[in-house]
Amino acid sequence: MALPKVLGIETEYGITSGSPDVDPISTSTQLVTAYAVGLAHHIKWDFHDESPGRDQRGSARPGSLAPMVETHLANAVLTNGARFYVDHAHPEYSSPEVASPLEAVLYDAAGEEVLRRAMAAATERFPDSPPIVVYKNNSDSKGNSYGTHENYLLSREIDFDGVVAGIVPHLVTRQLYCGAGKVGWETPNVPEPVGFQISQRAEFFEELLGLETTVKRPIINTRDEPHADSSRYRRLHVIIGDANRSQVATFLKLGTTAILLAMVEDGVTHQGLSLADPVAAHRAISVDPDLQGTVELANGRSISALEIQIGLFEAATKYVQAEGAAFLGDESQASLVLGYWEAALEGLESNPESLSDTVDWIAKRRLLEAYADRNGLGPLDPRLRAMDLQYHDLRPERSLSDRLGLVELVGRDEILTAVTEPPISTRAWFRGKCLARFPENVVTANWDSLVFDLGVDPLRRIPMMDPLRGTKALTGGLLEEVRSASELVDRLGA
Amino acid sequence: MAEREQISKPHSTRSDEAEAQAATGSEAAAERAEKLKADLDGLLDEIDEVLEDNAEEFVRSYVQKGGE
Repeated sequence: MALPKVLGIETEYGITSGSPDVDPISTSTQLVTAYAVGLAHHIKWDFHDESPGRDQRGSARPGSLAPMVETHLANAVLTNGARFYVDHAHPEYSSPEVASPLEAVLYDAAGEEVLRRAMAAATERFPDSPPIVVYKNNSDSKGNSYGTHENYLLSREIDFDGVVAGIVPHLVTRQLYCGAGKVGWETPNVPEPVGFQISQRAEFFEELLGLETTVKRPIINTRDEPHADSSRYRRLHVIIGDANRSQVATFLKLGTTAILLAMVEDGVTHQGLSLADPVAAHRAISVDPDLQGTVELANGRSISALEIQIGLFEAATKYVQAEGAAFLGDESQASLVLGYWEAALEGLESNPESLSDTVDWIAKRRLLEAYADRNGLGPLDPRLRAMDLQYHDLRPERSLSDRLGLVELVGRDEILTAVTEPPISTRAWFRGKCLARFPENVVTANWDSLVFDLGVDPLRRIPMMDPLRGTKALTGGLLEEVRSASELVDRLGA
Repeated sequence: MAEREQISKPHSTRSDEAEAQAATGSEAAAERAEKLKADLDGLLDEIDEVLEDNAEEFVRSYVQKGGE
């Protein structure tokens, strides 16, 4: 029986401030700080128990670099359970943990709103500096990429090799409906010069497996850092995805991947879809937006990316029909995922343009091609590159994606609520509610604990090692009853 | 569920419920395609006002450090 698929999305945003010479760490810090000081509380992140160098494959990997954790930069925990901070040279929003793909869409959209508010707060706080602008994309078109990472809760019991075999064909081909699209290419890795690519990220991936995220990026990141009880859980850290402006694309990205991971947990395999060379296939698919090419399977057969996706979709449909989909929160989520998945595959097969309100790369390409036709521009014209960037601009007055009528799965009011209210379905609820309720007492927070200062030594740490506890159903009554942080900690027996 | 795209080749594994939605989906999809086309023309008319003034300079100066 597959575990509930607790999910989250971490987004590093592109950032500019007038001139490329301005230090992006400073502007990112200004942005996060401007937002954080406007909050009623300002809680620091706690790095206790972080271990990004641990490997899912078990043994220590000599020579593999553990990512740096920069503890001196701006860091805030939000009452919606998210973390908003400076990671390397980018502002990053890590959504709270949720228990369904639709909630993941909601808290990803809430993150966009946090960034919009942070831009406004920075302008107000630093009126003499050039305005800071953020972009929800993954590359600067000059060979620099930054990530949008997904997280999925898995059982510790499953064999990691099974995860690799089960999910690689999907991670390589899901770009057909999850790709954000981009003009041109920017590394020597592309198989051929191309006017438009499906994926922003594909050409940056060079390995099948590895711990890295900044160089020699792997299709499967093997970081073994569950942020939960490591005797029971794994967390699959997926670094291959593009940042999406389409809510349907985000929903499909999380939903399809969660179903296929549940199949791995339940030992359901899809035969005959293993790729001969996943890294090469990933890049080849990205440079083929007309969907004309094929890739080679391990069994020697040539097959299109779309055929691989149809095979995965059919296996997933059979699995959900046989086993149900309690792991996705509720059955309606599975119907919605399978419905949009099938619609995407049918659209790709018969009329890709029909997906121009759900699939980012198709929406972007259609707009750029129409503009190029009208103005007689070549495929790599700077005006098209500017439009490519502005597709991802989060400012309403400049955003192109906001003007394209993309289908919305969550309403504006829901999004605004989710900027401050945590999801009820995971421990993020307890984290967010404690921050809102006891801002004076919570001194630090991280994914799996809260530390309280109750006015007497020592500080008290509340462990939250199970992402599925700390929900509203389990702790809502308690939080309503207690009159103080001391009473809360006492009642929890910490 | 939101409107569905036109669906021409049902897969054998599709559920009855999805079949029913597909039948009503193609009309809605045609209507939506019309609307999307009109919307795109309207957007192209106004896009030069939304685009950054000097595209070449804007693109050149968009430089990021790597992340992750």
